[in-house]
Amino acid sequence: MAVTGILLVLFLIAHMLGNLKVFTGAMSFNHYAEWLRELGAPLLPSAGFLWIQRVGLLAAVLLHIGAATVLALRARAARPVRYAHRKKVRGSYAARTMRWGGVIILLFVVYHILDLTTGTLNPIGDPSRPYANVVADFAPARWYVTLFYTLAIVALGFHLRHGVFSALRSLGQQTPRGEQRARAVALVFAVALCAGYLLVPFAVLTGLVS
Amino acid sequence: MNLTLRIWRQSGPQDKGRMVTYQVDDVSPDMSFLEMLDVLNERLILAGEEPVAFDHDCREGICGMCGLMINGDAHGPQRGTTACQLHMRQFSDGDTIDIEPWRARAFPVIKDLVVNRNAFDKIIAAGGYITAPTGSAPEAHSVPVAKANADAAFESAACIGCGACVAACPNGSGMLFTAAKVTQLSLMPQGQPERYTRVIGMVDAHDEAGFGGCTNAGECTAVCPKGIPLTTIGRLNRDYLAATTKRGDTPGT
Repeated sequence: MAVTGILLVLFLIAHMLGNLKVFTGAMSFNHYAEWLRELGAPLLPSAGFLWIQRVGLLAAVLLHIGAATVLALRARAARPVRYAHRKKVRGSYAARTMRWGGVIILLFVVYHILDLTTGTLNPIGDPSRPYANVVADFAPARWYVTLFYTLAIVALGFHLRHGVFSALRSLGQQTPRGEQRARAVALVFAVALCAGYLLVPFAVLTGLVS
Repeated sequence: MNLTLRIWRQSGPQDKGRMVTYQVDDVSPDMSFLEMLDVLNERLILAGEEPVAFDHDCREGICGMCGLMINGDAHGPQRGTTACQLHMRQFSDGDTIDIEPWRARAFPVIKDLVVNRNAFDKIIAAGGYITAPTGSAPEAHSVPVAKANADAAFESAACIGCGACVAACPNGSGMLFTAAKVTQLSLMPQGQPERYTRVIGMVDAHDEAGFGGCTNAGECTAVCPKGIPLTTIGRLNRDYLAATTKRGDTPGT
C-alpha cells in the first residue's frame, strides 16, 4: 500500500507541476507536451518514456487496488455480525473514506484518460494541441466537467490526507513528535496538491487562461 | 434516573441473538455502569427471567475483563475509562442506551455480552514473552534502561487486553494490542534476544486468528481505556520491516 502509494504520489507531483505550465501560455505548454513525448530520444523511440511511465503507473495502480481489496475483504470477514448502533467517526474522517474515495478517484482517472489523453470525450481531442484541449474542456458551458473534476480532486485530497500519514506510519514512523509532524506534512501536502490541481480548471473557467 | 436499555441477548454461541428492550427505574447517578446492570439482573432474577451475562472482575479498571459497546462506543462515552469505571452520571434521565458485545470474528460471543478473547492469548503465546530466568527480582541497577525507553515501555505495558481496540476498529484489527505487547518488550534490554522472531510470530498469530488488517485509522487509540498511543503501531511496523531482512537461524545476524 505504502510503496505503490508513494510511486503514485511522485507522479501526482510531476503531473501537477506540468499542469501549471498552462499559465506560461499556449506555445510553452504545447512544447512541454511535445518534450514529454520526445523525452529520452534518441535512446528511446517517440513516446517511449511515456509508455515506460504508463506501464509503471498501471502496475502501481493495480498493486495498490489489489492491496486495498485484500484489506477490505479481510475487514469484512473480521466482523461477520455488524453493530446495531455504531458511532460514525471517532478517529479521522479521511481515514474512514479511503475506500469509497479510492473508487471515486479510479472512476475519475478512467474519464480523465478518455478526456485528455486519448481525446475521445474532449470537444477538440487533438493530441497535438493540448492547450486548446484543456481550454475547451473547462469552458464555462461545460461546468459539469469542472464540477466532477473538483469533486475528484477533493476526494484525492482526503485520500492523501490519510494516505501520506498512513504510508509514513507503515514504513516505521514511530515517535509521538514525528506523528504530529507526519500528520502536518500529510495535511499541508494534500491541501497544496488540491490547490495546484484546481488552479487550472478555475483559471479557464474565469477566463484567466483562454 | 429512569433508563431504557436495549441489550444484545444471545443464549449461546449457536443462537442468532437479538436486541431486547428493558426498562430500569430509580438508577442512582453514582452507580457504576456495571452496578446498574447488577440492579437490572436482580430484578430479572426476581421476575424469574434469565439474567444478562456480562464479563467483569476487579471493577477498578485494571483487569481488562469488562468490555461493552455502549451506544456504539467501546467502554462508553467517557475517554480513558473502562465500562466498570463509567458512572451513570454520564447519562441523563430518560436516555435509551444500546449495549452490545465486542463484534469480531476472532471474539465469538459465548453468551449475551460475554465474548471469548482466547485469540489474544494465542498472540501472546506466539511471542509476547522473554526467555530470561524470572526466579527472583534482579538487582535494579544491573541492567541500565534509558528513562525515555522505560517510560514508553511502561506506557505500552499499561495495556489490559480488554479488546476495545478490536471492537472499535473499522477493520476489526487487533494491531494496537499486538503493537503494545511488541513495544513493551522490544524497548527493554531483556526483550532483545527474541525481538525479531517475536514481531513476526505475533503478527502471524494475529492474522491467523481472523483479525482484520490495520489501516492506521486511529479509532483504537481513541477508545483505549489505557490511552495506548498509535505510535506503538509504528514501532511494530519498524520491527517487522527489520525482521523481514534478518534471518534468525544465521549466527551473527
